[in-house]
Amino acid sequence: MKPDKTREKVFSRRAAILLGGQMTLFAGLGARMYYLQVLQAEHYRTLAEDNRINLRLLAPPRGYILDRFGEPIAINVQNYRVVVIREQAKELPATLARLEEILETGSIDTLRVLRDAERRRAFVPITVAENLSWGEVSRLEVNAPNLPGVQIEVGLSRFYPLGPSVAHVIGYVAAVSEKDLTGRDPLLELPGFRIGKSGIEKRYDTALRGKAGNSQVEVNAVGRVIRELRRKEGEPGREVSLTLDIGLQIVTAERLAQEKSAAAVVMDAHRGDVLAMVSSPGFNPNAFNEGLSGDEWRGLLRDPHAPLINKAIAGLYAPGSTFKIAVALAALEAGIPVGHNTYCRGYMTLGNRRFHCWKKHGHGRMALVDAVRESCDIWFYDVSLKIGIDKIAAMARRLGLGSTYDIDISGAKSGLIPTRDWKRAAIGSSWQKGETVIAAIGQGYVLATPLQLAVMTARLVNGGFAVTPRLTRHRIEADAIAPKPEPEFPLAGILESSRKIVIQAMDQVVNHARGTARRSRLKGPDVAMGGKTGTSQVRRISMAEREGGVRKNAEKPWRERDHALFVGFAPVDAPQYVAAVVVEHGGGGSKVAAPIARDLLEHALQRNSARDGDTKDVAAITAPTARAPKP
Amino acid sequence: MIRTRDSSDMGFARKFWQVNWALVLLITAIASIGFAMLYSAANGNISPWASKQMVVFSAGLVMLLVIAVIDIRFWLRYAYVFYALTLGLLVYVEFFGTEINHAQRWIKIGQQFQLQPSEFMKITLIMVLARYFHRMNIEDIARPHFLIVPLLLIAAPVLLIQRQPDLGTALFLVITGGAMFFLAGVRIWKFVVVLTAGAAALPIAWPFLLDYQKDRILTFLSSDVDPLKEGYHIMQSKIALGSGGLFGRGFMEGTQSHLKFLPERQTDFIFTMLAEEFGLVGGLGLLGLYALLLLYGLSIALRSQNQFGRLLAMGVVVVFFLYAFINIAMVMGLIPVVGLPLPLISFGGTAMITVLAGFGFLICVSVHRHVRVSRHGEGG
Repeated sequence: MKPDKTREKVFSRRAAILLGGQMTLFAGLGARMYYLQVLQAEHYRTLAEDNRINLRLLAPPRGYILDRFGEPIAINVQNYRVVVIREQAKELPATLARLEEILETGSIDTLRVLRDAERRRAFVPITVAENLSWGEVSRLEVNAPNLPGVQIEVGLSRFYPLGPSVAHVIGYVAAVSEKDLTGRDPLLELPGFRIGKSGIEKRYDTALRGKAGNSQVEVNAVGRVIRELRRKEGEPGREVSLTLDIGLQIVTAERLAQEKSAAAVVMDAHRGDVLAMVSSPGFNPNAFNEGLSGDEWRGLLRDPHAPLINKAIAGLYAPGSTFKIAVALAALEAGIPVGHNTYCRGYMTLGNRRFHCWKKHGHGRMALVDAVRESCDIWFYDVSLKIGIDKIAAMARRLGLGSTYDIDISGAKSGLIPTRDWKRAAIGSSWQKGETVIAAIGQGYVLATPLQLAVMTARLVNGGFAVTPRLTRHRIEADAIAPKPEPEFPLAGILESSRKIVIQAMDQVVNHARGTARRSRLKGPDVAMGGKTGTSQVRRISMAEREGGVRKNAEKPWRERDHALFVGFAPVDAPQYVAAVVVEHGGGGSKVAAPIARDLLEHALQRNSARDGDTKDVAAITAPTARAPKP
Repeated sequence: MIRTRDSSDMGFARKFWQVNWALVLLITAIASIGFAMLYSAANGNISPWASKQMVVFSAGLVMLLVIAVIDIRFWLRYAYVFYALTLGLLVYVEFFGTEINHAQRWIKIGQQFQLQPSEFMKITLIMVLARYFHRMNIEDIARPHFLIVPLLLIAAPVLLIQRQPDLGTALFLVITGGAMFFLAGVRIWKFVVVLTAGAAALPIAWPFLLDYQKDRILTFLSSDVDPLKEGYHIMQSKIALGSGGLFGRGFMEGTQSHLKFLPERQTDFIFTMLAEEFGLVGGLGLLGLYALLLLYGLSIALRSQNQFGRLLAMGVVVVFFLYAFINIAMVMGLIPVVGLPLPLISFGGTAMITVLAGFGFLICVSVHRHVRVSRHGEGG
């Protein structure tokens, strides 16, 4: 019995020790629990939320772009696309085959869809086709019972109802590229998101884009959405209103479309509001949104009429005789009397070179007003030699040539107004008198854009104010846009007397019996326009050609024909609008460009009287309102 | 020798009244927590887990009572037989077992049930060791050659189970056997020698481990290494558990468990789910109930009048403790991932049956605490 007692005692002691050890280890578990659930609770709670909550971005609707009267230029339309969910479609290839029968275009990339479906999780919708027509959508709806897992989704995509006619000003939107991924905006990483790539769309992109909303969804371990927890609506993009008058813009585009390649600007002479700005041919901005094929893109790039370039601000042309406005003003400022006479024999000799007038047999005796009216080159050769290139250049600069303005779209060229210093610095040789002579008729080094020519004309006719053009009344402030204050332009520094004389001369260009643009005078009984024609040579006329008789433009190949230019304003007695028209290789300014300018100014005047109160009813800033997209 | 209150002659009805009903109640209470958790794990459905678990538990409870009222001398007498039968099953598994997750551990019975003989071995091993040490004097135990037989009794199943391969259960049996040695009175210095030798042998054993076993140990050592493989389970378990906080997210409100971030939420990781839904309070509560069970077991062991009963009772306590401790320590990232269920709670038949059988023996010891048993199994 005794050994049993010892055994029992040993057992009891050791059993107690064992249980004590077990309790200690349990206490350790309790401590660990305390550590995880109390001390580290916050940390793990955060991790748990990270696990379970996915943030999904909600793309805000892009802000509309409106014209000065609130007409839509860029809107959003519903874009129907068909998606398929693998886990709901019983047989994916069979479903796709059936879809292919229903959709008219055989546009389903079956391999791509199957590959995507393979890669994604079974509940993720895979886009099968986009931009469905209404007919396709309704056929799909009818067939829906036979198409398990097929759904129609609606998204918003940018649409430009006017197509090519506003393309250069508005620009376009396109998919985000690698180099656009610089900002912190998470929207940029949203698949299928579009951003402004040129024009107004690019300049005001941040404001138009709006702010992303988000939806917090609860997901499980494999990423399936269980429910939406919270939703924060984004801020829709802000509307941007332009100074353009869409009616005038369309007329301008239609008018220019009759020529192969042309550009025109119609502007309010006092405010600088650009009412129409067209470069022709245009391109279809909607194509960029949908995505251009490589061939289409190369085609646009190679087109000799350069449809992608906004020639109104980036086309550099020798201004030709339109530059005589600047020379005439410079002459008056330099003290050349109005009555200064020159006899035009059709040519002038300087050293051993002969400078010709466009009129072979000469104009005879000419004073300033006559010379402008009939565009006599000899008078300007003579005067330019008297005042020198630098004085001409100074006046040209005061008129807005040779520099760019902040017009909200990029790509504007500054042109070139040569001076002695410029030539020494840029070319390295000294200025020649012959160059002054050529510059006086807007040839040689002188280059300007149609917009600059419009500004030049505006500064002349608006009372001498240094007006600058603008396309919007907004100003970008950080991420938002704010109204620009109504501009107050300083005086450009042109004598009132000389302005009046040149305006009178430009009146005669159109309305005088011997004016170069007589055939283009306004038909209306009350109002008249003034202007100046220009025909700029694309290449120098050789001696041989001149002796054999200068060929008519019509006889030359298109590329060698002269550019036709015209700058004009109306009404002539109280100028309101200015227009500048350049028709590339169009031939004579009086014959080709002037009628276009006439038509544009006529329309501008008509629209002005049609719209009661002009621009007063244009809200400078339209509050951002989410518009129901027009289908 | 005056036999007072000797239960050897008690009828089954009287024995029935001797059963520790408080203990049975405690067991049922813990199992009920399990039903609730399984109900939650199935997103508020009684099927597939809770209902099946209730059936298994009911059957197990009947078995528990049967074991409890059978004379303890019967168990003593046939201890070697039971051990041999279980060992036979292990050998059977070695050749004909069903492979699940690359481990041969299962015997399929019909379509519905699978048995894991290694689980049963946990009970039969303590039985056979209790049987062996029952006839040993304290002086015998001091002699090293008397330890050869029990060492072989442990080694045979351990090697078979290690071959399945199931390192966790093998270690479980080693620890259980060690505890039995300790309770039987084996000198402390012998444990020290064996542990030291074992530690020295670890680097030698390493190359013999299988890749997944190495992975688990490595994962445990740095759980951030590969968050999508083994470490992922532990990380997600810690997130779920930690995010439960003091009071938990509420019954059926555990986001991590219900959104399937938590793996195996109905079996090995059910404690995590409980702690996520009921917080520290719930976790400590369950730990407290377990501790109560262990104390109950200790008191039964101490009151037993025979060495077999004492050792058997304490063996059950050790097995139960190991289940609970290893599982909870694992889900909290304290030890490597071992596929071991939470006793009485995790879904799974074999473990439930094993644990309930264990408690059956515990109550049997209690019922027969006054039975004096001779060294050879006959009543004294």
